[in-house]
Amino acid sequence: MNAASILHPVLAVALAPLLPGVINRTKAFFAGRRGPPLLQAYFDLWKLFRKGATYSRTTTWIFRAGPIVNFACLLAALMVLPLGRVPAPLAFAGDFILLAYLLGLGRFFTVVAALDTGSSFEGMGASREVQFATFAEPALLVGLAALARQAQDLSLSAMYAGLSAAVWSQALPLLALVAAGFFVLYLSENCRMPVDDPNTHLELTMVHEVMVLDHGGVDFGFVQWAAAVKLWVLGALVVGLFPPGATGRPLADLAAGLAGLLVLAIATGAVESCLARVRLLRVPQLLVGAGVLCALGLLLTFR
Amino acid sequence: MSILVFRHLEKVPNGQIPLLPIDDFRRAVLDAVAEGCRVVAFYGVPQSGPAVRLVAVLAREAAAELRAVATDPGESYPALTPECPQAAGFEREIAEQWGVKPLGHPWLKPLRFHRSYRPGHDAWDRPEGELPAPSVMDFFRVEGEGIHEVAVGPVHAGIIEPGHFRFQCHGEQVLHLEISLGYQHRGVERALLGGPHPRTIHHAETLAGDTTIGHALAYVQALEALAGCRVPARAQALRAVALELERLANHTGDLGALAGDVGFLPTASFCGRLRGDFLNMTALLCGSRFGRGFVRPGGVAFDVDAALVADLRGRLDAAFRDVAGAANLLWETPSAMARFENTGALAPETAVELGLVGPAARACGLELDVRRDFPSGIYRFAQLPVSACAGGDVFARSYVRWLEIRRSVEFIRGQIAALPGGPVRAPCGPPAADVTVVSLQEGWRGEIAHVATTDAAGRFARYKVVDPSFHNWLGLALALRNQEISDFPLCNKSFNLSYGGHDL
Repeated sequence: MNAASILHPVLAVALAPLLPGVINRTKAFFAGRRGPPLLQAYFDLWKLFRKGATYSRTTTWIFRAGPIVNFACLLAALMVLPLGRVPAPLAFAGDFILLAYLLGLGRFFTVVAALDTGSSFEGMGASREVQFATFAEPALLVGLAALARQAQDLSLSAMYAGLSAAVWSQALPLLALVAAGFFVLYLSENCRMPVDDPNTHLELTMVHEVMVLDHGGVDFGFVQWAAAVKLWVLGALVVGLFPPGATGRPLADLAAGLAGLLVLAIATGAVESCLARVRLLRVPQLLVGAGVLCALGLLLTFR
Repeated sequence: MSILVFRHLEKVPNGQIPLLPIDDFRRAVLDAVAEGCRVVAFYGVPQSGPAVRLVAVLAREAAAELRAVATDPGESYPALTPECPQAAGFEREIAEQWGVKPLGHPWLKPLRFHRSYRPGHDAWDRPEGELPAPSVMDFFRVEGEGIHEVAVGPVHAGIIEPGHFRFQCHGEQVLHLEISLGYQHRGVERALLGGPHPRTIHHAETLAGDTTIGHALAYVQALEALAGCRVPARAQALRAVALELERLANHTGDLGALAGDVGFLPTASFCGRLRGDFLNMTALLCGSRFGRGFVRPGGVAFDVDAALVADLRGRLDAAFRDVAGAANLLWETPSAMARFENTGALAPETAVELGLVGPAARACGLELDVRRDFPSGIYRFAQLPVSACAGGDVFARSYVRWLEIRRSVEFIRGQIAALPGGPVRAPCGPPAADVTVVSLQEGWRGEIAHVATTDAAGRFARYKVVDPSFHNWLGLALALRNQEISDFPLCNKSFNLSYGGHDL
């Protein structure tokens, strides 16, 4: 462990709200607009954290706990998350399972908080979220299993930190398949196009946004912040599969990882700018496709 | 002759509309519909004393003829709706306005939630003096395992008009959609009684905010027919230019909004701007982006000069070039087309039964267009092809709009290249007494029908307005059957109906 490993979770929490800003600016560029300021997400958080919240009388403590638990889960996930060649502060055998379960726990609390409102909209969103998760979670675990077998190590940091020019030249097909699968998961888990439209105002078509319609003020601030951190977490899983290898200087590795996330955010904006959203019934097919890519990667490790 | 056959904009003396006993009236209407007629308007006219007379106006496009027949139903009559579904909305309206009960109507509920126009006669025997609250009533319910109900509106997430939508769903699948409107009821039809007043034209312009030119044209046409006014050719051409510009602006906006609903940003962004460009062209004509104050009885309020025509032409060419690019990008994007195709499809038979009009009907392959079937003004001399498309789905409804955009641009180019000379306004005298005139106009949403009936003093005794939305809302409800609920916004946008035009 080194300074960069300690620095990464801190930077992740602090810089994550920049990612939606970059995506929105990219989309605005493609549309010929100027777009919102890069720091808009920070302005929104600042505004939300100064606001009070209104709670429906039909909700219980679960509704209030949802955003906090989800945010806490993502902070915990950052502790085992490597970024590129920068290992995580905590690394142990099987930590990738912990990561998957932390993401699952956060999702669970978001979903039950939505159901707690008793609103038909939020119930619909919760049902969609869970349905998609049924396909997304196995894909993530299979992809991580492929990486674990490739690295012959059960810790996330070892799986990612060990990638070097030699590994890429030898296991390129495997890594390419998993990277493609993870990119689809990254889009779908973060409710980006083509799975969910983060810009839409139409409740009936939403997945994630509709689950948090009843949250306001500080709670909604945490929801937004958690969404940005989740973008970071899943983004790191994709970015880490790409070069460059370790430079020997931890801070340079960290900078390379951050640059990778920036490029990924721009790529996300570009994808969203030239693709229409898929029909909701087709989303599971897309996720099964991601699962198949990851499974193929796993198969390759049995050669 | 048991039914009166007459022409568009013909002055029909009120006494000439055959008054039949209710059974003969029903047979006459049902026979006409079986023959291929469409119900244009079906409404009550108050008589001296408490009685109400029902008048049905039908259109037969194939013969370019209109038909009318009347009856005195008393307090109730056997409903037409079971045999003629396109009368469903009209009969609910008659029950609500006059307290005349259509017996056997399958879904007799208020439309706009106002008090009966005949005090003491209420179709639902509601207590007098209490104002009915919109949408407070029972909705059609589906029962069973896994069925859930979703209520949307009347307050929506976008900047749109209010309306309530009640879905009966099984998972993501919509089994039934019931639409309850009336929140925008302003009482325009009643405000028009006793007219024409100087303010009547303003009422007409605001019947449906995005169809200013369409409704204003339908009104002035009726008035000019009543007064026997001859509109100068130059004014007729300019009116048509304004009407087509209105169509261009709205169709372009719709294409953009449809792309936006599936998250396809390029077309959405382009069309959002281009709609403004077309609105600005209307502003060039009259100073108002929505065409307020342009159409006036006897002609138009503003003339154009050569410089303005050249400016208009340049702007039109530039905007059309960009619209073509944005639209073709949409048609060539497989991910967008995958969402449009086979979504919200309506069978042609359903469209005929419901009496759909406008692009929604033409998207089902029905060749209906007032500009061709009942032409008035310059459309009598300059024909536009009917833009129809088979399929009845979201794609067909959007593609019909694109076809119409192309043809409207061509039409405007032709008109402004050869504008007739002369004045743009002629004096319009007082309306004739004791006559009825049916005025039709193809607004961008479809057939706008105004039926003006004057009394012995030449004032409006009844002024019936039928916005195309009134025919088409039920089409949207049926298009949603067995669709995914997440496709509702897309289907809704593909119809893009007016709440204000329905609620009047």
